[in-house]
Amino acid sequence: MDQLLQFFISGLTVGSIYALVALGFSIIYNASDVVNFAQGEFVMIGAMSAIFMLKAGIPYPLAIFLAILTSATVGLCLEKFAIEPAKRATVVTTIIITIGASIFLRGAALLIWGKDIYGLPPFTDNTPIHIGRATMLPQNLWVMLGTAFLVIVVKYFFDKTRVGKAILACSYNKKAAYLVGINVKTMLLIAYGLSAALGAVAGVLIAPITFMTYGAGVMLGLKGFCAAILGGMGNSMGAVLGGVILGIVETVGAGFISSGYKDAIAFFVILLVLFFKPSGILGKGEVERV
Amino acid sequence: MKRLLGFYIFSFITLVLPILFPDNYYVTVVGLTVLINISLAVSLNLLMGYAGQISLGHAAFFGLGAYSSAIFTIKYGFSPWTAITFGLLIVFLLSYILSRPILKLKGHYLAMATLGLGIIVHIFFVQADEITGGPDGISGLPTLSIFGFPIDTDLKWYFVFALFMLITVLLSLNIADSRAGRALSAVHGSEIAAQMMGIDTAKVKSHIFVFSALIACIAGSLFAHQQNFVSPESFSFFFSIELVTMVVLGGLGSTFGAVVGAFILSILPELLIVFEDFEVLIFGAILMVIMIFLPEGLFVAIKNKVSYLAFKRSKKEVANATS
Repeated sequence: MDQLLQFFISGLTVGSIYALVALGFSIIYNASDVVNFAQGEFVMIGAMSAIFMLKAGIPYPLAIFLAILTSATVGLCLEKFAIEPAKRATVVTTIIITIGASIFLRGAALLIWGKDIYGLPPFTDNTPIHIGRATMLPQNLWVMLGTAFLVIVVKYFFDKTRVGKAILACSYNKKAAYLVGINVKTMLLIAYGLSAALGAVAGVLIAPITFMTYGAGVMLGLKGFCAAILGGMGNSMGAVLGGVILGIVETVGAGFISSGYKDAIAFFVILLVLFFKPSGILGKGEVERV
Repeated sequence: MKRLLGFYIFSFITLVLPILFPDNYYVTVVGLTVLINISLAVSLNLLMGYAGQISLGHAAFFGLGAYSSAIFTIKYGFSPWTAITFGLLIVFLLSYILSRPILKLKGHYLAMATLGLGIIVHIFFVQADEITGGPDGISGLPTLSIFGFPIDTDLKWYFVFALFMLITVLLSLNIADSRAGRALSAVHGSEIAAQMMGIDTAKVKSHIFVFSALIACIAGSLFAHQQNFVSPESFSFFFSIELVTMVVLGGLGSTFGAVVGAFILSILPELLIVFEDFEVLIFGAILMVIMIFLPEGLFVAIKNKVSYLAFKRSKKEVANATS
């Protein structure tokens, strides 16, 4: 029982990170129908730039802020220079473009930061908190609460603000949105910037717990994709739920079977879900138009 | 004759190259990678280009072929050809069982499922070290003999790979022009419409999935014998992605497009080595630029351009003749 609680805590921590990546994933998917395989790179860039700014002597909070800004800028550039010019692209070609972008960003990270492994210091002091016989670090709490806060902010943004609603309108029908006076191009830029910023936050939150390298974004990005699919592609809150479930299932599975198979368990669960409910947990079935 | 003219020219070039340059690094070393990648890209194009079903896990079947050869020959002492047969059986069963539930999915969901399949198989290669040798892999495969001739030099391997590749290309070209090929392109166009025409879409998709997996499996076995060594690295998620990129880069749906894409993507790293640390960055940039500006693929874009120019010239000639 205590062991299960321990797994649950670590699962919820990883799951929160997946949830943030998946949320960013579905924001971009909703706004532009693009499955962004460079999503994990946003996480890596966020974490790595925070690490190096901190090393350069910039105070911690400012370093985090600048790291998020850096990642958001990368997101804007991705939209401006890779997605927007590709007007004739199909689903598969946009996938290849974002894969090209992720390779490009990894290449850039390799040049700037090298191959070494880095970590961030925890946000606050690091005395473990005991819950029964399970323990957790204050940083785990930071991850969970940070994620919860951001999810609420994002939900509020899309439900209540003008800009958020305008982005949603673009995702339903670009032409109609354009006709009612929404600047579709700007909305797409905002969506990419927001998504990249969310990724960066995920990176900064998790870097004190796991370590970061220039290639750490790949698996995180894939898990984000997994979580988004699990929750039902295009459903933002589904993506968050998918992320949390994925994190917990993966950790519990790894704990009881073998940690080497952790990623295999995650993908196996996804396959099972897809076989029995192809549209994800909260997704609606798609109707093919002939 | 005219239909396969391109194929004959292509075969001629492929087979004459090693005779002209038997000791050239680009022929006997890079050439082997090019040939195996072409076979894989062409087989993936059957599924992606013809039937319109994306697969981000093709490397799994390639890897299963390679590992079957390694495991059954070294650990269990079977002859290379028996091991290849076992590999084919395993891949056949696996791909056949999985084909229906996987291919029921569409779009991003299909991408996710095939991606997951590829990653699970790769993790199995890494983790099941009692069977697969773990991250270190297995080395020391016996020499493969064909009709009593041992294939023991890179030049001989070139011809084996070339022959296998040409058979794959020929099969692919012939499938495109067959009844099955037209059924596939109907499925690609619209599955519901294809069903209305009386095509058993689930069956058609499952057949091409299995067929393309089997080609990848044989390619894997040959690759393992040539390398004399297998390790999980060669069959990772990245390689699956690379294969998809080859198909799309050349031109989805065109056999020679897959050939061109595979050729470019296999040669490119060799050419980019001079840029050292910038290699990865430039590779990503090239990929993006081609896809942004030529989304239909390099080969198809050039082919369209050429036929457009030819069309314009013939129009001019007609105009000149009549005036």
